[in-house]
Amino acid sequence: MRRNIDTDAWRFLLAEPDWELVGLWAEPGRVHLLRRIGADLDHVSLDCTASYPSVSAVRPSAVRLERAIHDLWGLVPEGLGDRRGWLRHDKEYDFLPVEGDGIHQVPVGPIHAGVIEPGHFRFHVQGETVVRLEQRLGYVHKGIERHMEGKTPAEAARLAARISGDSTVAHSLAFARAVEAALGQEVPPRAVFLRALMAELERVANHFGDVGAICNDAAFAFIHAQCQMLREETLRTADALFGHRLMMDRVVPGGVAQDLGDAGKLRRFIAAARPRFAEVVAVYDDKPSLDDRTNTTGITRKALVDRFAAGGYVGRAAGRAHDARKNPGYPPYEALSFEVPVFEAGDVNARVWVRIREIEESLKLLEQILDRLPAGPIAAALPERAGEGLALAEGFRGEILCWVRLDEAGRIARCHPRDPSWFQWPLLEAAIEDNIIADFPLCNKSFNCSYAGHDL
Amino acid sequence: MMMWQRIVRNLLGGPVTEAGPKPADEALAELAARVDGAARALLGRSLAIREVDAGSCNGCELEVNALSGPHYDLERFGLRFVASPRHADVLLVTGPVTRNMRHALLRAYAATPSPKWVVAAGDCAANCGVFAGAGGVVGRVADVIPVDLHIAGCPPSPRQLLAGLVALLETPGRSSAAGVASK
Repeated sequence: MRRNIDTDAWRFLLAEPDWELVGLWAEPGRVHLLRRIGADLDHVSLDCTASYPSVSAVRPSAVRLERAIHDLWGLVPEGLGDRRGWLRHDKEYDFLPVEGDGIHQVPVGPIHAGVIEPGHFRFHVQGETVVRLEQRLGYVHKGIERHMEGKTPAEAARLAARISGDSTVAHSLAFARAVEAALGQEVPPRAVFLRALMAELERVANHFGDVGAICNDAAFAFIHAQCQMLREETLRTADALFGHRLMMDRVVPGGVAQDLGDAGKLRRFIAAARPRFAEVVAVYDDKPSLDDRTNTTGITRKALVDRFAAGGYVGRAAGRAHDARKNPGYPPYEALSFEVPVFEAGDVNARVWVRIREIEESLKLLEQILDRLPAGPIAAALPERAGEGLALAEGFRGEILCWVRLDEAGRIARCHPRDPSWFQWPLLEAAIEDNIIADFPLCNKSFNCSYAGHDL
Repeated sequence: MMMWQRIVRNLLGGPVTEAGPKPADEALAELAARVDGAARALLGRSLAIREVDAGSCNGCELEVNALSGPHYDLERFGLRFVASPRHADVLLVTGPVTRNMRHALLRAYAATPSPKWVVAAGDCAANCGVFAGAGGVVGRVADVIPVDLHIAGCPPSPRQLLAGLVALLETPGRSSAAGVASK
C-alpha cells in the first residue's frame, strides 16, 4: 500500500542505504517512488506543487526518469544538474562535451542503418576507441500515459499491448495485474496459467531472435538463419494457439481474451525445437571466431548493474539474479519449477548464455504449464469502481512495473508503465566505453533495449 | 562438425523458403490509381527499401525483419533493405508519426531520389491506430509525406507485407514478377 509522506520523510528515505529504485513517476502535483528493500516493495508518494528533492543524487538510474517527469508534468527535481529535455524535443540539445587529443564525434540516428527503432547515439571516439557514448531517446514518444486517461481498462489494455510490441504479452500482463490489484479482482486459474504460457512463448520467441541477431552482428550468418527459423516457428505456434503471432490483446484485465487452440501443436513444437536449438548452441559454443567477438566485449560490472538495479539478461549476465517471477513472485510461477540462470562475466557472451539457458527453462515451463492447465473459465468480469494498484511482471527483457489508479467509474485516472529498458539503456553507455566503435552494434544487440517501451 | 551436418541435411532436405503470395488485389488497385506507369517501368523489378520507424511500437519492425528470414526470403523477389534513403526507391514507413520523428521522416523523404514510392505499413501508419489523438502524435504518414500504398494489419504479418510489396513489382501489361520469382 502507498504511503503519502512529507518532504522530510522523503529525504530521510532517500538517505537510507540499502534499497533499489524500482520506479519513479508523477502525476499533477505528486511524485511516486517505488523502492525494493530485500523482498519487500515500498511505495511512497509526495505531494508537491513545483518541485521535489531529486532522487538522482543517490540513485543515478533516476536521472532520465526525473528529466521525463519534468517534461511531462513540469515538476522540478531539486538538485538535478541536468535539465535538458528528455521526451520533449522542442529545444536545441547540447551533448556533453569531451576534450582530448584527436577526439572526433560520430552522430548516429535517429534513423539507424537497419530495420530498428529510432534513437540518437552520439559517439566521441579517439581513433577506433569509444571514449563516450551518449544516447538521446524520446523519438517515438507518443504520450501513452496521458492517452490512457479516461479510457476503460479494456480500452487502455490495447494501448498497454502496444507499449513495446516485442513485449506485448508482458506489458499487457503487468497492466492487467495492476488493474486487478486496484480492484481486488481474482483471475480464474485457467487464465493465470494461459497468461504464463503466453509469457513464456514470448520469451522464447524473443530470445531466439536475439541469439540469432547477436551472432549476425558478429557476421555469423548460420546461427542467425537457424534462429530466425526457430523464431518464425514459435510465432506460428503462437498464432495457431491464440490467433495472433505476437499474442497481442490476448492478455486482458480479468483474464485472457482467447482460450488455447490445439495444445498438441505446442508439444510438437517444443519436441522439435529443443534438439534443433541444442545444435545451434553447440555451434555457438564451438566457434573460436564467434568467441573472439563476444567474449570480454561490452562488459557491465556487477557494481553498476546493482546500482541501477538492472534486470533481465543485462543484470543476470553480471551476477544480479533478480527475476520478478521469483521476487516478489506471482502466480502461477510458485507452482512451477524453473531455474534463473546467472552468469558473472557481464559481457556480450554472458548475455547470450543467459538467453540460451532461459530458452531451455522456458521450454520446460511451457511443458509444465500444459501438464497442469486447469479447466474452467478464462476471464472474470471487472467491477466498475475506484482503486489503485501496481504489479510487476517479468518480460523477456526484465522486470516491468505498472501502476494504475482508477476513478469512480472504473476508468483509468492515471497509469505508469515502466519498461526494464529505463535501467538498461544507461548501462549500455558504460558497456561500450573503451571498446572499438565497430563492436557497438554487437553490444547494442546484446542489450536489445526497447525504444518504444522507454519513450512511451 | 554439427554445423556442417546441419547444412548438409538442409541441402538435402530442400529449402525452408515458401512460395511467395500473389500480389494483394487491394494493393494493385491502390497502386494502379496512384503510381505512374513510366516510373514503375523505370524502377523495374528490383527495389531498394529504406525502412523508417516513425513512431511504431516495434511490432511492425519484428514482422518486417521476419521478411529477411529463410521462410520468406525477401531478396528472391528483387526486394532488399538498404541503410540509406539515398540508396532507396521505396520508403517503408511504420507507426503513427510522432512529433519527435516528423523532422527525420521529412529529411529521409527528401534524401530519397525520385522516382520514389512510400509504403505505409501497419494500421498506425494508415490511421494512427490506437494512438489516434495521443499528445505526442502529429498524424498518419499521409499527413506528413505522400503515400502510394497502404498495408493493413496490427502488425501486418510477413505474408501481408510481402503481398503488398510484390505488388510494387507489377508493371501493368507484364507477367507477374512474384509468380516468376516463386517458381
